[in-house]
Amino acid sequence: MFAESALNIRNKRVQNLFRILFLMMTVLLIIPVVIILATLVAKGGSIISIDFLFTDPTNGMTAGGIFPALLGTVWIVAVALLASVPLGVAAAIYLNEYAGDNWFTRIIQLAIINLAGVPSIVHALFGVGAFVIFFGFGTSILAASLTLAIMTLPVVIVSTRESLRAVPQAFREACWNMGATRWQTIRRVVLPNAVSGILTGVILEVSRTTGETAPIMFTGAAFFLPFLPQGVFDQTMALSLHLFVVATQVPGVPDNLPFGVALVLIAMVLLMNSISIAFRMYLRGKKKW
Amino acid sequence: MVDMNVNLAAANKIEDPAYSAPVKLGVSDLTIRYGGTPALSGVNLEVREHEIFGIIGPANAGKTSFLKTLNRMDTFNTNMSVEGEILFNGLNVQNLKNIYALRSRIGVVFPLPVGLPLTIYENVALSPRLRGIRRKSELDVIVERCLSRAALWDEVKDRLDSLGSLLSGGQQQRLTIARALSQEPDLLMLDEFSIAVDPVTTMRIEDVLKELKHDMTIILVTNLVQQARRLADRTAFFLEGECVEVGITEDLFTGEVQDQRTRDYVEGKFG
Repeated sequence: MFAESALNIRNKRVQNLFRILFLMMTVLLIIPVVIILATLVAKGGSIISIDFLFTDPTNGMTAGGIFPALLGTVWIVAVALLASVPLGVAAAIYLNEYAGDNWFTRIIQLAIINLAGVPSIVHALFGVGAFVIFFGFGTSILAASLTLAIMTLPVVIVSTRESLRAVPQAFREACWNMGATRWQTIRRVVLPNAVSGILTGVILEVSRTTGETAPIMFTGAAFFLPFLPQGVFDQTMALSLHLFVVATQVPGVPDNLPFGVALVLIAMVLLMNSISIAFRMYLRGKKKW
Repeated sequence: MVDMNVNLAAANKIEDPAYSAPVKLGVSDLTIRYGGTPALSGVNLEVREHEIFGIIGPANAGKTSFLKTLNRMDTFNTNMSVEGEILFNGLNVQNLKNIYALRSRIGVVFPLPVGLPLTIYENVALSPRLRGIRRKSELDVIVERCLSRAALWDEVKDRLDSLGSLLSGGQQQRLTIARALSQEPDLLMLDEFSIAVDPVTTMRIEDVLKELKHDMTIILVTNLVQQARRLADRTAFFLEGECVEVGITEDLFTGEVQDQRTRDYVEGKFG
């Protein structure tokens, strides 16, 4: 009764073929990641030490550590977050909770999608025009961070909207039926249940901001600075630009130095991503409905 | 001869207490449209104080749309337009400035229980908090009273801090009722509350409703005609966007109906 017909056998073969094909594609995906990480560790791992992380570059950046660049990246990312998170979250709340579906919100949506598609070098030039020159911030952490903030705004807005959307509509309606205003509903029910997703998006934004080079190179990141930034109007070194510089612009750099910088940079990004993933898993376990 | 019987029935109804109570909710010429297509048209009815007013009818009859217009939830649906007059406590709800106050006077229970993703305590304390009550002692009293009236207190009193959205369906529905009661409503509207609830819980909630009737007016939308018969003082029959008939509930079942469609529906011939 359950004997296999020729058709059954054929179907099974085709099914196996596709399974193996897709598996191969997946494996192919991991290969570059593994190669990059392995190369960085093999060639740059030898230079990594506490001293490398916490001392200044010396001998025309051919020796010493990367502390000013590391600290500069932290500065730039922190200020960028301070600007983009409140703005992006507020915009997402407006779009998802208040705005109706009309031409105005559609134009805004289109603008956000387009903003996400603008090449980073164009953002850089915009940053020079707007923040460095027009607002008169000069080449500074503030100008660089605001440029990055604008560039990553779509990430914040989209991820925040996704997490707001994940809160079931029935919860909102139950609140509205009780006589709650939209804001009361957002504050008491929607935001507390979306905050996890919003934070996940923010962490992803951090990892993206950390690695960007073009937008900061004209707006606030310096080739080499012998001192640390004291405030947002100072210039600073940054890891990503430092990597570019030691890899291509300075003669006589030992081989392991650029690889070491790249390793630190990628470690920062991966660390952020892992925190984001761990956070998401933790919150999924705490799901409330 | 037939005419005389109808008149006699009408005369009896005037004596009926359900007819002599003051009007809580007066609806006249109500028409609801979704993007031009009428979902309900030409509804005229009155809901009296302290009665359970049943609304029966098959799906797509316009029952839920009717409820939504009563507490102005139509404002959230730009596609929805409402014509006619709805007087709640003598005030036209369409002209009310403070629709939030109106909504807070009307408790709503949905077909599928909506336990908010808050603790059991906070589910019930939310509405008092929105009204500005902050004192813990005061909130404690309200929470216990509302949960008790909804016949849920004994089951949850030891775990008020666990999540309301994780209770069983029947418990969540009673939590929803407790939450509605925490609004101290004049009017309680239940929209097919027993759809996702087991029969035992359904009977418990029905007993709760019979008690609550002494303190408030209840509109009970149900697709179970026997539930309407058990609970409702008067019942309206909605069919395909039309209010076919309004009458003393028992009359609908004893055959004293004016419309053949009502008789057919009540007897289970369609729907």
